[in-house]
Amino acid sequence: MEEKIDYIKLASNKPKGKRPYFHDDPAVERVLNITMAVAGELAVMRERMDSIERLLEKKGVVTREDIETFVPETKEQEEQRQTWHAEYIGRVLRIVQQEQEELENPDKSLEEIANDINEM
Amino acid sequence: MSVRNLPPVYNKIAQHAVFPEMNHDERARYNFLANLNKHLAHVSTGNKVAFENRVEPKFEKEHGRKIASTEELKQAISKDAHYQVWSSLRRSTMEMRQQAGRSIVLRQAAELRDKVKALNEGKDSLILDESVKVPPYLLACDNHIMPGSYHTELIEDDVTPAANYDTGLFVTTAGLLGRYSDGGGKAIVSWVRKTYPDFNPKRILDIGCGMGHNVLPIAKAFPNAEVIGIDTGAPMLRYANARAVDLGITNVKFMQMDAAKTTFEDESFDWVQSTMFFHETGGKSIYKIMDEVYRVLKPGGLTLHIEQPQYTDDMSLFEKFIRDWDALYNNEPYWSKMHDIEPVDLMKSSGFREEDFMQIGAKAENDLDDGSQKADEPEDHGRSPIWNVFGAIKN
Repeated sequence: MEEKIDYIKLASNKPKGKRPYFHDDPAVERVLNITMAVAGELAVMRERMDSIERLLEKKGVVTREDIETFVPETKEQEEQRQTWHAEYIGRVLRIVQQEQEELENPDKSLEEIANDINEM
Repeated sequence: MSVRNLPPVYNKIAQHAVFPEMNHDERARYNFLANLNKHLAHVSTGNKVAFENRVEPKFEKEHGRKIASTEELKQAISKDAHYQVWSSLRRSTMEMRQQAGRSIVLRQAAELRDKVKALNEGKDSLILDESVKVPPYLLACDNHIMPGSYHTELIEDDVTPAANYDTGLFVTTAGLLGRYSDGGGKAIVSWVRKTYPDFNPKRILDIGCGMGHNVLPIAKAFPNAEVIGIDTGAPMLRYANARAVDLGITNVKFMQMDAAKTTFEDESFDWVQSTMFFHETGGKSIYKIMDEVYRVLKPGGLTLHIEQPQYTDDMSLFEKFIRDWDALYNNEPYWSKMHDIEPVDLMKSSGFREEDFMQIGAKAENDLDDGSQKADEPEDHGRSPIWNVFGAIKN
């Protein structure tokens, strides 16, 4: 068994069981999911900014200009930043990945599964 | 007192040695999702308004009669714009919760496995059995839309399904099960102690124990009892044992076993417990499992099962329909069928006597409750920590 796993792709896997769609046009569902993921990441960033601002206020060590002019200083920092972007995109575009997985491995609907399970 | 009913911040969750490491943004992501869950629970009351003011009158006008079944209701409401956007948002929130949890635990899968291994090393309290098969009802779809469910191992000796479950329960329940997500186990301990003050069980079995969060309060409350949790998911059991070891609970064992065919002797337990387990089984297995409960229980022994509230005759079609939402759209399919079974009939079919049957209500005990949880909080169907408990004394 592999020890190294592609955790970014795996984290956005679809669960087994056909995905329900509630809007008449699945495109609406798709865009809503992407929008909510972006909304989530904006909330995360807002909380992070709040942490930073409170810490700066408390310690008074970093100026606004330090932040404005900062660029990655090491290869490691560059990779950390790019990994963050890759994770972010995997998160926001989760539904597109899951629809591809459904195409590759179609599932039964949950109504059908409920009937199957009732016989198990 | 705050007018807002806010979920607790994520950093209130209890830590233990095998709890996944989480960074700032991962906690923030869970804070966002807990708030989104809370928000959607409030918005869900709008479904009733939309149904009564829009869906029902339209149906009656078109058909000249009332809606006659939950199936007709489902057809009618599925065209309603409010129901559509609420359902879509709720499904999306649950998918995002899984994505958030898995992105935390999968990046540290090997580290978590190694931590668990170190704690389980040399302990005889974890007994895995590779010959135990995952029951077909758990393979039919991934419960709670957890990709890979309770059993899938992405690396050797994987524990990530349990670690993911452990991090996320606090989010989907908005912290209502307490810091260790053990509010169900604690509630049952309190009820048993109050109702049977002289009950002194020597041997206790918890079926479908998962990561052991509800069996630990029981083991703690009865330190002289031998307590055994069984489950078919090896990742859950590995994690459960390491978690119990770290939390200093020494009288509990975790064994890989199918509750429908255990290897325990007849009449060998004083208490057989399950918590939110039966609705994740199947229509035939549920009877086999109850037969097994009856078989392993000593005469005079107690069995209790915490479950989703049953449907009642006075419940409206809308109420029944909305309670089924999670069954179909959060992948808990058997829940949509199990309400056709009367718990008393299920127990009678295994040999319990009707006069020994009991049914009570229980509310999760929450060590985070600071009085801000209001009684008039709208019920978040399927997430509410208010349950039906049924059981019996075997005579």
